[in-house]
Amino acid sequence: MIAYIIRRILYAIPILIGVNLLTFVLFFLVNSPNDMARFHLGMKRVTPQAIAEWKAEHGYDAPLLYNSAASGVKKLTQTIFFQHSVKLFVFDFGGSDDGRDIGYDIRQRMWPSLAIQLPTFVVGLAVYISVALMMVFFRGTYLDTGGVVLAVVLMSISMLFYVIGGQYLFSKVLRLVPISGYDSGLSAIKFVILPIAIGVISGVGSSVRLYRTFFLEESGKDYVRTARAKGLSEIRVLFRHVLKNAMIPILTGVVVVIPSLFIGSLILESFFGIPGLGSYTIDAIRSQDFGIVHAMVFLGSVLYIVGLILTDISYTLVDPRVRLG
Amino acid sequence: MPFKLVILWTDALIYLLLAVSIAYGIYAARHEHLRAPWRQVRRNPLAMAALVVLAAYIVTGLVDSIHFRMRLDVPRAQARHAIYSPQVLSVLDLLCAPLRTHVEQTYSAPFALYAFTPQMVRRPDGSHVLEYPRLRYAGAALKVPGDRGRDIAVRCLRGAVESLILWVAVAAAVAYWRVRRPGESARAAFGRLIRGETDTPWRAMLASLGAVILSVAAVANLGGAYHILGTDQVGQDVLFEAIKSIRTGLLIGTLTTLVMLPFALAMGVMAGYFGGWVDDLIQYIYATLSSIPSVLLIVAGILSLDLYMANHAAAFDNIAQRQDMRLLSLCVILGVTTWTGLCRLLRGETMKLRNMDYIQAAVALGVRSRRIMTRHIIPNVMHIVLINVVLNFSGLVLAEAVLSYVGVGVDPSMNSWGNMINGARLEMARDPVVWWSLAAAFLFMFTMVLAANLFADAVRDAFDPRMRK
Repeated sequence: MIAYIIRRILYAIPILIGVNLLTFVLFFLVNSPNDMARFHLGMKRVTPQAIAEWKAEHGYDAPLLYNSAASGVKKLTQTIFFQHSVKLFVFDFGGSDDGRDIGYDIRQRMWPSLAIQLPTFVVGLAVYISVALMMVFFRGTYLDTGGVVLAVVLMSISMLFYVIGGQYLFSKVLRLVPISGYDSGLSAIKFVILPIAIGVISGVGSSVRLYRTFFLEESGKDYVRTARAKGLSEIRVLFRHVLKNAMIPILTGVVVVIPSLFIGSLILESFFGIPGLGSYTIDAIRSQDFGIVHAMVFLGSVLYIVGLILTDISYTLVDPRVRLG
Repeated sequence: MPFKLVILWTDALIYLLLAVSIAYGIYAARHEHLRAPWRQVRRNPLAMAALVVLAAYIVTGLVDSIHFRMRLDVPRAQARHAIYSPQVLSVLDLLCAPLRTHVEQTYSAPFALYAFTPQMVRRPDGSHVLEYPRLRYAGAALKVPGDRGRDIAVRCLRGAVESLILWVAVAAAVAYWRVRRPGESARAAFGRLIRGETDTPWRAMLASLGAVILSVAAVANLGGAYHILGTDQVGQDVLFEAIKSIRTGLLIGTLTTLVMLPFALAMGVMAGYFGGWVDDLIQYIYATLSSIPSVLLIVAGILSLDLYMANHAAAFDNIAQRQDMRLLSLCVILGVTTWTGLCRLLRGETMKLRNMDYIQAAVALGVRSRRIMTRHIIPNVMHIVLINVVLNFSGLVLAEAVLSYVGVGVDPSMNSWGNMINGARLEMARDPVVWWSLAAAFLFMFTMVLAANLFADAVRDAFDPRMRK
């Protein structure tokens, strides 16, 4: 298994190079370093000298991808792309355009993101699985049919409705929680509870329906019939047999998102004014800070790949038949 | 000519899509293996009722996709050649002319006669008072404001009678031409239709058609005289905005999958068919693309585009063209983030087909690879494409609203549900609350997405081999 993991990590390197190249091309296809300098120095009456100084200071004074002035290997290394990408592989994110240390900012802003994402993930999974199991327990009854209809209806409601409706009802009318903002320590609870609830509710429809089909598929199999024939109670059948075996398809979709929880939800964070990594990224893109965007995309891809590897490992944990070789 | 036709990129694409759908319909009708699953969809009452609602949305979107510029009335002596208005209108704008032109000063509540916000008004005697001014268009025909309730009731009644007549006519036509068996009386056929004893669920379809007709009749009768869903900040009729947004939602939902479809199909099939280094390369491409968090890719793409447009303002002087380019780019960027899933499914399915006897036989007979892929593989993976298109639709419509809300969606001046919600969100802080813009956007979006979800489920159940019993 160690050999497998090492191989997967080696596979990840070309993918990450590709991600870097893509981000780079996307950003510089429309922005030249001169545009960036002008943007940061103010659009009007900027002297060419000031632009050159800004570029030298932030490391944007080399050619983009290929330096024909340099010689040998330096043709490739003395470029903006190389200078800005290689350090990312050792997680040295460098400084942002306004002179802050990106690595420090990320470590600071990671916690508010996690404070929302982790509870959303755990509570969400527990709620979705229990509701889906309950619907399978009552399968064929009006409760089940009603649940499916409700799931489709909930799926069709925009997340914005939950956000705006939630903020209006709980913050404005009932005044239970603040509309937006964040605080450190335990006092953060009142700020994060609404985003968490909305995060869970907005995923209810699609997840419950999906898990219900997983459970139904499993509960139609022969071994489940055998278990029932042996006289096991329905609860025991569902929890001991169906749930355990349906974990494999559930894990496929779930484990892969665990590492990405750090990145936070761009959308929830910008609605609720949480100073996490999601809003950090949005701000960076608005102020055209290539360093931050680049770092966040890189981090996101790394976490995604870690998620894929974790998924494979989790298979071996729930299914003894799976061997990674 | 009194007008000049304007063909926007998205117009062309949506009519191309319509043509492709019609061609597929004709093709499917001639092939039993495609007719059978569609027959199963046709027997599903819920799906067919949803389809009627969806069709109403689609027709609205198509009518809104025929654009033109009106000729300006310039005295003949002054103009050597015709001068056309810079404003691009659509056929829907003409049909809803009263809704479009009845622009008030600012907010007004649904069916209100007076503005929502008080204004300083100068009295004849020179004093100033703060009062709620009478709206310019809402209830303009009323002699006394107290008549409003009766006027609305009369108009509603007229709309109900009109729609009842229309509905009965349609139902009778269906009963006579579609339900009646040879030798059966029209009355008996109508009876079977009403009791729901038909193969195709005509009763469910007519029920939802009735709801559609009723709403159209209500808009036709009330829309010209009142603002049914109120007006927004700049006094535009909210109902009109919501109707105009239908086209945006439809385009995002369909074009996104369409623009990336050729890539996904070609790459998925090639990866599965050739294997080896082609497979490795294509897998590398989609692993790279899918490992970038999709929201980041969309945000980065759209903001890059913004900058490009700001730097090349001259190329996008016409507002309709600018909106159109932005919409198309959003479709492309959303497509880039969603095609990898389809590509992966197609690759797997092709790998399965590649080892089937009929493909092996074709290879042995010396059929060229390109011909095998186009003739033997692609027709047999089309069901995956179809399922993917219908299942993606509703998610994309919802995504548009969220993206526009964050500011990386369609052009801010374009009519879309996301922009309506974005424009109205701050008004929730007012007291009393301006709720109608939000309600209208959510209601229109919810109806379309729900109908799409119900229909997509039926299509998936019919076409997915794993779902077949």
